[in-house]
This record gives sequence, structure tokens and C-alpha cells, in this order.
Amino acid sequence: MSEIEIKNLSKTFEAEGHVVNALNNINLSIEKGDIFGIIGMSGAGKSTLVRSINFLEKPTDGQVFIDGVDLASLTEKELRKKRSDIGMIFQSFNLLEQRNVIDNVCFPLELAGQKKKEARIKARELLNTVGLAEKEKVYPSQLSGGQKQRVAIARALATNPSILLCDEATSALDPQTTESILNLIKEINERYNITVVIITHQMSVVTQICKRVAIIDNGVLVEEGPVEEIFDSPSSDAAKELIFEKKVRYSPVDALHAEKKIRIVFSENSAYEPVISNLILKYQSPVNILKADTRNVGGKAKGEMILGLPDGDELQDNIITSLKESGLTVTEVKEDV
Amino acid sequence: MFDEKTMEMLLIGIKDTLYMTLFSTFFGYVLGLPFGIILNVTRKDGLKPNRIIYGIGDFICNIVRSIPFLILLILLIPFTRAVVGKSYGSTATIVPLVICAAPYIARVVESSLNEVDAGVIEAAKSMGASTMQIIFKVLLVESKVSLFTGATITTGILLGYSAMSGTVGGGGLGDIAVRYGYYRWQTDIMIVTVLLLILIFQIIQNLGTRFSMHIDHRKH
Repeated sequence: MSEIEIKNLSKTFEAEGHVVNALNNINLSIEKGDIFGIIGMSGAGKSTLVRSINFLEKPTDGQVFIDGVDLASLTEKELRKKRSDIGMIFQSFNLLEQRNVIDNVCFPLELAGQKKKEARIKARELLNTVGLAEKEKVYPSQLSGGQKQRVAIARALATNPSILLCDEATSALDPQTTESILNLIKEINERYNITVVIITHQMSVVTQICKRVAIIDNGVLVEEGPVEEIFDSPSSDAAKELIFEKKVRYSPVDALHAEKKIRIVFSENSAYEPVISNLILKYQSPVNILKADTRNVGGKAKGEMILGLPDGDELQDNIITSLKESGLTVTEVKEDV
Repeated sequence: MFDEKTMEMLLIGIKDTLYMTLFSTFFGYVLGLPFGIILNVTRKDGLKPNRIIYGIGDFICNIVRSIPFLILLILLIPFTRAVVGKSYGSTATIVPLVICAAPYIARVVESSLNEVDAGVIEAAKSMGASTMQIIFKVLLVESKVSLFTGATITTGILLGYSAMSGTVGGGGLGDIAVRYGYYRWQTDIMIVTVLLLILIFQIIQNLGTRFSMHIDHRKH
């Protein structure tokens, strides 16, 4: 039995007469100790999905099982108890502004009725873990975004949860801070064997720490699997769009326009060969490099290139075949890059 | 400037004004704070939306608030007599002041609580907080600055209303101003009472603002 099991989950919202299908028949299993990414463009329904895991959003249809327990079967009180076993952090940190750092971390323990003294001991230990031990008396307004998220993480861990939900937890942070927060989450995942679910619209977050990923598009789960597999050969349009990140980082350049474009991904093993030079020498025909990048996917270096191929169907087929033979993943690209 | 008798009268006037203002604010909050919490919790985007309860509360609030204070004062005379035994004097004035203030306070409280970031409430829910815990540990605490600012404004308004009650024998500085300034044309006494009212208002407003700033941890 998986730790989190989502079965045929649908959610519709009714707003002034018209019905919005936020989620459509989602099925998902997340294993104990996993770091699971749920990625999609804004409005895809991923925030609603993560809120179904702790029932902040009650599904219209379908079930959510945590450790085999159907959340819909719980009473209001049992559900609140269950929620304290599922920590959550947010894009806007959501710290209590009128409480200092240590009282924020103590808050969930206070809710659970734990003695103040014990709560403080636990809170200090957690502040140590997140590297903010010397800030315990400070109020949130005096902290930077990254520090606030660290406090929020300590707070989410106070009740020793077995699951940590991260809702766009790094979207409000700069790249360096994002990386340090992600490293912290990874460290926590390893140290406490806590299952982490990460909601994001940034592929870089997924490739940096997630083991598995699900792609949500318009309320539908379009693709799911190990991050490496999906990064190498995305099959859905949504996955391609997220991986190519074209809208975010590249604007189409007319001069680099090519009729036929392909994306190749190098893994560590195939990176030694001078693939492109060999290709040009072999076919005596120019190949245009439209884009090249290296990325860290689950700790492995991945090279990525978008090539514009010379005209001629046969020639193009031959090039693709020979690239595949040298052990590269090849995907045809229809979008502008 | 004034003889001893007048001075004594003014001192008693100050005392009565403060007595009416502070007691009516206090009892106004005894009624208005829970009322405001109920309004906030049951509103459409509240913790426990309830159209019927909100509708009734909203209606009562609007009815009472739409009656001018002076009319309310007269309308409530039988009720006041039943509660405190007489219908004139400063103690009697507290009754209509409280009735007038409670729905106003409820509105102020409702909107203060509404300022609390929905994300913070959601975070508390995600930790397993109950509705009561959210009200007492999140809503009231996070909005305390706004609540105190609202209380300061309310106290100022009640100071003004307590003076207005002078027209029907309410006691306090307003009463003195009406009796000496209006009926006897003793402008000097009227000016002094007005200056005293301004002074008291300034003190209340300043103390309130300073206290609100003192308890606010959001910006330092």
C-alpha cells in the first residue's frame, strides 16, 4: 500500500452559475520516503490537488487514502488529528506575523495541547536543523524570504509528520535561495524519511530534487513517472512545454528557423563522444545548434540540445537513426524554440 | 477665572464623561466583540459560512446603526429605566450608548478579523487547528493592532455621543455645555467644555495610536 493513494479524484467548483472542472479523474500513488513532484502551468489544478491530500479541499468525487485510511471516512476531529501528521509549507510562507520565530514553530504543538516547555525544546531542535537557531526571538517581518521559509519548514515538522506538502514553496524566492531551500528539503527527506510532495511550475525544481513527477494539464494528469525518464523523452505536449521552457527563457529567433527540429538529450555515458562533429562529417551537411544547455537531473548531469536539421526527408531520417544508435534520446520538436 | 462651584462642576463633568465613555466602550465590546466574531465566522468567506445566522446578525446590525443616536436615546428610555431604574444621569446614558455602540463595534471587529491573511488561516487549518483555535489563536491575535485601532476610534465616537446625550439630561461635559451654553448663554463655560472635550479626545486618540504601535510586531 502506498503512503498516499489518490483514486479517481475529481473536483468541480461552482462559481456564479458556471461549473469549473479543476481536477478530472486523477489517479496517483506516492510511496513512503519519495520526493514527488507535481508540475503544471498556473491554473492547471495542482494547488487544488495538493490541498486534496490533507482535505483542505474536499474532492467532489473519488477518494484519498493516507496510509490506507480513506480521509472521507474520518470525522472532523479525526481529520484534524490526521492533518497534524501532514506538514505543509506555502509560497507566501504564512507565518503568524504577531508571533516570534520560536512561537511560530511551537504553534502546531500548542494546537495539539503539548506543554510549553517540551514544545520549546522541540522547536529549538528544529530551528537548529533549519539553521536559524540564533533567530528564535526575532519576528517574521525581520526575516528574509528564505529565512521565513526555513521557519515555515521547522513549523511544518514540529509535529513529526510523515508527509510534507510543499505548495510552490520556492516560487517567491531567488534562484540561490531556492536551491538552498530545496537542499534543505532533500536533507529533511533523507534524515526523517518523510514523504515530500512538491507542487511547482518550475521544471528546474523537479529536476533538482524529485524522484518521480506527475504532470497536470487542465485538471488532467497527462504523464507520470521517474523524473529522468520524463526529462529524456517527454510524450505529452504539457511536459514538452515545461521541459523546453520556451516561453520562459527563449524567444524565437527568425534567423535560426529550421523546418525540422529535434531535441537530443545526452546522459553521462554519451557525453564523451563528439556527436555533432561526427554527424556533420558523416553526412557532409550542416546541422544548426539552436539551443544547448546542461542540467542537473536528480544529481546527474544531463546535456540537452535542440538541432535544426538540413532539408531532405531521407537525410533527416538517417541523422535521427544514427543519433539514436549512439545512445541518445531523440524527440521531434514542433514548437518554436 | 471661574468660581469654585463652577470648577467643581467642570471636574465632575470630566469625571462623568470619562465614566460614560469608558464604561460604554467596555460594555459595548462585551456585546460587540462576540457579535463581530460571529459575523466574521459566518460570512460567505468565513470559517463556518452560515447564511441564516449571518443574515440575522447583518440585519440587526444595520437596523440599529441606521437609527440616529439621539432618537435611539429617546426610544430606549423605557428600557433604560427598566435596567438602571432611571432615565437621566450618566449611568442611564451608558445603556443607549452600549446599544448604539455594540453593532458598530461588531462591524469594526468583523472587518478587522477579515484583514487576517487567508493563507495564515489555511496554514493553521493544515496543522489541524479547530475553528475555536483559529478564532482565538489566529484571528484575534493576528488582527490585534487593527482591533485596538478600531477600539480607539470607537471610544472617540462614544465620547462624542456621550456629549450629545447632554440634550436629554445625560450628565457629563455635554450636559454642562447644553445647560450653560445653550440655555443660559454662558459662552465662556461652553467654550471651556468644548476645549475639555477636544483635550480628552486627543488624549484617547494618542494613547490608542501609541499602544497599537507598541504591540505591533510587523514593522520595527
